[in-house]
Amino acid sequence: MIEVNNLVKTFHRGSVNEVLALAGINLQVGRGDFITVIGSNGAGKSTLLNCLAGSYAIDSGHIGIDEQDVTRWPEHRRATLISRVFQDPLLGTCASLSIEQNLALANRRGRRHGLGKGVRRSDRELFRNQLAQLGLGLEERLKDQVGLLSGGQRQALTLLMATLIKPKILLLDEHTAALDPKTALQVLELTEKLIAEQQLTALMVTHNMRQALQLGNRLIMLHGGRVILDVREEEKAAMSVEDLLEQFYKVRGEEFVSDRMLLV
Amino acid sequence: MTYYAFIGALEQGLAYGFLVLGVYLTFRVLDFPDLTVDGSLPLGAAVSAVAITAGVDPYLSLLLALAAGFCAGMITGILNTKLGILHLLASILTMIALYSINLRVMGRPNMTLLGKPTILEPLINAGVGMFNAAPLLFALLSVFILLFLLWLLHTAFGLAMQATGANVQMITSQGVNTDRVIILTVGLSNGLAAVSGALLCQSQGAADVNMGVGTIVAGLASVIVGETLFGCRTIGRALLAALLGSLVYRLAIALALSLKLGQFSFTPSDLNLLTALLVVAALTLPKLRQKVLRR
Ligand SMILES: Nc1ncnc2c1ncn2[C@@H]1O[C@H](COP(=O)(O)OP(=O)(O)OP(=O)(O)O)[C@@H](O)[C@H]1O
Ligand SMILES: [Mg+2]
Repeated sequence: MIEVNNLVKTFHRGSVNEVLALAGINLQVGRGDFITVIGSNGAGKSTLLNCLAGSYAIDSGHIGIDEQDVTRWPEHRRATLISRVFQDPLLGTCASLSIEQNLALANRRGRRHGLGKGVRRSDRELFRNQLAQLGLGLEERLKDQVGLLSGGQRQALTLLMATLIKPKILLLDEHTAALDPKTALQVLELTEKLIAEQQLTALMVTHNMRQALQLGNRLIMLHGGRVILDVREEEKAAMSVEDLLEQFYKVRGEEFVSDRMLLV
Repeated sequence: MTYYAFIGALEQGLAYGFLVLGVYLTFRVLDFPDLTVDGSLPLGAAVSAVAITAGVDPYLSLLLALAAGFCAGMITGILNTKLGILHLLASILTMIALYSINLRVMGRPNMTLLGKPTILEPLINAGVGMFNAAPLLFALLSVFILLFLLWLLHTAFGLAMQATGANVQMITSQGVNTDRVIILTVGLSNGLAAVSGALLCQSQGAADVNMGVGTIVAGLASVIVGETLFGCRTIGRALLAALLGSLVYRLAIALALSLKLGQFSFTPSDLNLLTALLVVAALTLPKLRQKVLRR
């Protein structure tokens, strides 16, 4: 249901700082796939997610979602299909608005934000129920400004907002990396729960290899802007962290070797 | 300060109130420093004066001014969002262009409304005194616009507007086209500035192409004075504070003008300097106070 063909993205094209961040990504994601994405720093993980969401214009290639070619869609239009949670807990919510106002915006994702009442009485019931399942007591604080919440609370709220209207794809970019270990675990459990309940299609970037193996039904590894490993189901289940590391050093080693060959 | 000076300041404060609410929308809600108002305020005055002279109903001329200001603001918004020009520069470009346009609209640098009907006529005919008519009517209109903005900011669009000013990434991810929000909000802000111009023109009986000089600084000063004195914890509070800030600012100016220190007294031409100093003080005092308190 998601088709990524030959996606290429260069930063600062034509200058001395030119970086080839995505060097031709090909990816087919099936409905209900929960893919964990790993790779070293600068491998292109965030860039891939940003290109999918439309935050970055791509150089070439195609992105299709449910048979629709969305390559030329601007970011706000892609939001009708895609929702996301960022690494920075401050990025997903609006600090100066209240919890219920943030949820009300999310409850209209992909629809018109017109002149109707922002928060309707009937919405509050829904918001309260949804917040209650977070177990953070936020259902009693509908009118509190989001700026008053902790990073973990905000990230949990962002997750809820991202799934309030079921997205075709959920993009998670190291969304627990900025949280303390205990909160990170809570948010991760919530992520698993929401994805399982709604049978969401999701891409989750993580640096934790154990996590990447534990979660989801498929794992891809990026390196140098390419997909260098793509394992699913049983094959993935059979993998260990050591296997992943081995894969990882293999490509690094090859690169090293080819660099040396160039020097000779 | 005489009673008449007081009433005059009140009248001005209320007339400029629309502008101040507009400045609040751009500077505070949208985080978009917009100088277009220096041009859209006289635009509103010019449109209203020309329309009334041509026999248009004075109240209808207010709506025409609103529409003209709205278009001017939308142009700034379009320059910024669609053509990628920095917001400050985009607004200066529109402002400069409006100077020429305002001259075209009036066909000359200034225009009087002597002997022409104004929006004050029905009140004066109903027996409200000459001097009280304008403050009374402007106060009524202010309450109306205040309620309108309060409603608007609590609609889904209004929430999107607030989020656009606070977190572009978040609101874009919720499917909102922030370009559209910016264009409409800057449009609305300048529509309000133009209404201020139209009200001033009708209460003073003249439109002048230079009447917009320093508008933005005065507007900003009013917003800041309002926030400092009356707080801005909720949107409703902030809107009211902006309006009251406009009143306090005009009263303070009137007071300064009535001061006599021996041989020295302020003249109206000193106003821009005083206002600039006031804004600098208001912007830096909170920081200074923090520094002192931390010690
Ligand atoms: N906005 C940008 N401007 C210029 N270069 C960028 C930008 N974003 C990413 N890059 C470059 O593109 C490459 C891929 O970066 P990206 O952020 O996608 O890596 P990543 O896999 O997410 O890494 P990390 O694990 O550190 O988050 C890097 O070389 C990076 O320097
Ligand atoms: Mg990254």
